[in-house]
Amino acid sequence: MEPVVIDAKGVHYTPLNKQIRAAIASGVKEIVLNNVLGQRFIGNGLRGDAKITINGVPGGDLGMFMSGPECEVFGDAEHAPGNTMDKGSLVIHGSAGDAVAHSMRGGKVFVEGNIGYRGGIHMKEYEGKRPILVVGGTSHAFLGEYMAGGLILVLGIGHEPAVQDRGIGSGIHGGEIVIRGDVSDRLLGVGAKKVEFTDEDLQRLTPVIEEFCGRFDIDPSPFLNMDYSRIIPASSRPFAGKYTWE
Amino acid sequence: MSLGSVPLKYKISIDRDQCMKCMRCVDNCSYGVYRIEDDKIIIDSRKCTACHRCISMCPRDAIMLQERPVDYRSHPLWTTEAREDVINQARSGKIILSGMGNAVDYPIIFDRLVLDACQVTNPSIDPLREPMELRTYIGKKPAKLDFTMKDGDVELKTKLAPNLKLDTPIMIGHMSYGAISLNAQLSLAKAVAKTGTFMGTGEGGMHEAIYPYQDHTIVQIASGRFGVDIDYLERGAAIEIKVGQGAKPGIGGHLPGEKVCADVSCTRMIPLGSDAISPAPHHDIYSIEDLAQLVRSLKEATNWEKPVFVKIAAVHNVAAIAAGIARSSADAVVIDGFKGGTGAAPKVFRDNVGIPIEAAVAAVDQKLNDQGIRNEVSIIASGGLRNSGDLAKSIALGADAVYIGTASLIALGCRVCGSCYRGLCPWGIATQRPELVERIDSDVGSENVANLIRGWTLELSELMGAAGLNSIESLRGNRERLRGYMLDEGLLDVLKIESVGA
Repeated sequence: MEPVVIDAKGVHYTPLNKQIRAAIASGVKEIVLNNVLGQRFIGNGLRGDAKITINGVPGGDLGMFMSGPECEVFGDAEHAPGNTMDKGSLVIHGSAGDAVAHSMRGGKVFVEGNIGYRGGIHMKEYEGKRPILVVGGTSHAFLGEYMAGGLILVLGIGHEPAVQDRGIGSGIHGGEIVIRGDVSDRLLGVGAKKVEFTDEDLQRLTPVIEEFCGRFDIDPSPFLNMDYSRIIPASSRPFAGKYTWE
Repeated sequence: MSLGSVPLKYKISIDRDQCMKCMRCVDNCSYGVYRIEDDKIIIDSRKCTACHRCISMCPRDAIMLQERPVDYRSHPLWTTEAREDVINQARSGKIILSGMGNAVDYPIIFDRLVLDACQVTNPSIDPLREPMELRTYIGKKPAKLDFTMKDGDVELKTKLAPNLKLDTPIMIGHMSYGAISLNAQLSLAKAVAKTGTFMGTGEGGMHEAIYPYQDHTIVQIASGRFGVDIDYLERGAAIEIKVGQGAKPGIGGHLPGEKVCADVSCTRMIPLGSDAISPAPHHDIYSIEDLAQLVRSLKEATNWEKPVFVKIAAVHNVAAIAAGIARSSADAVVIDGFKGGTGAAPKVFRDNVGIPIEAAVAAVDQKLNDQGIRNEVSIIASGGLRNSGDLAKSIALGADAVYIGTASLIALGCRVCGSCYRGLCPWGIATQRPELVERIDSDVGSENVANLIRGWTLELSELMGAAGLNSIESLRGNRERLRGYMLDEGLLDVLKIESVGA
């Protein structure tokens, strides 16, 4: 089936999203959106396995509650792409704003460039569902705050060190944050601890690194022969000792 | 040096002449007050929480409970509680955790408000023979209606926003599966289905046992986003964003790992035994514009077919906050007063933060009217409503409907012992222990809760009839039907009511 092409120039997000919904309901598997400029909620709550190509800069909450499709953005993304996303993937050929992958429960978010504050905040996993956020560039503060599950991987391409903002994993109680190179202890948030990155860890992450690099035409080999820092929760019950009964 | 023990909170005694050693007290107490030694029932009063389970199950009325059997030297400032809290924290260095609502003896404004009744000039209405219109629609109302005329037919041109249709202005507030048991939640769900109203799911997803009643549920999305996916959003009749809670404004919630059993884990979609942490703020809402974005995101995800509520705790600037919410595309604002209940809250929050629902509802209603946007949102009042009098007064102060929480749990057996956070509720409400949960039969429980709603609904009709009103719209925001009794001028002005006699 031919991809459906929609010109988003000057179209408000509600009619735009209605058109996308209608196309998917009629069985379309591929949608191309041109001239996207700030329209929010693209892919919001969509199910199925359609592929949406976004040429331009989508607005906030790209792929929120999304459960299956893939959105590939040729441009930057705004606030909270992948918010509470369930399944599917976002591939962003650019940078993204704050709260990327907020509360994401499953699927993948790949950001080629940098992300803002609170990336991967409160990501969580359950049984087979394990969300993955990979960032090619760097991240601002509070990466993986309150994280309850899943994987955050920061490659830090073009950045030395890969991350230099503080509060990494503050309140983390599940999941793991993996950052290329050494991460200074002073950058770790409350409740986060750094552990040794082992060969098994690298093996485990190899498919993720290869997939990410494949999507952006990056040579994966340097990243498969590299040291990383692995940051995990100091406890799965960070608040267990905080209270006394009345 | 050891601080020693503090005196008993409650003393249990058994009238041994009356007792027939049926052992029901032993079986029913989940806190371990009773045990049998040499065919004698031994009592450990220190473990008692005054939940009254044993007392209610004793066939001979043989059990007596005395609160605070040991006196301290009386002192108006250094009350027993003040002293014991200091001792507790001197021992532990921790935050004191408490259950149920605000336990400080603040004046109750509801009890200083009186309702009106007709005498000679306006006849009162008898609800026995006159229809009383209690049907309530929650959601946006259009500022004006446009029509088209075609061949003498009139058609509505204005597109109406989705509304919830309630047969009575009483809904049940959000108590999550996890905070309460499945049988408790199921009882509430069946009760609202029977009485034509709605209940909140709380933040914890929806267990599949609730699916048959999903058309009567309001699904909640809170800062932890537990159990939230597109299926969940589509199941609810409406969606509520929980920003704050009256019992603990400004802070999040922690469901302790002990309460995350297999079923709760599955419904919330988190690993077994892990803490479920709801952060204090929503981390995608750092401004009023962000709130509007979440409201609209939920609407986009559900095709603009469902009303979206925003729940906030009643705090100092509640009116201005509600005015912001009314401009966010939200359909209703829920205001939770500082007497609202909870399974667990830091005591210092429960007892000290927030404002009473009466003042908050009146201030919000007034502000929205002043700004000409009252039609944009419905107002739902909650937080410590005890009876139909509180219900009628809330509506007269400007609410469209109310949420009840604690009252609906009392209808299931709760005696307000305030130990919900222990997870041992002998009534099977605030617990996940299977042997305790099965103490609630949801068919019986739902009938009790439905009876409560029916009783209040009948009383509300009678109160309205007595005031000469036959429609809930005529009571809503009708301050003329209220008078303040022994309220100060400042508060009368906030409530926009006159004093008794005026």
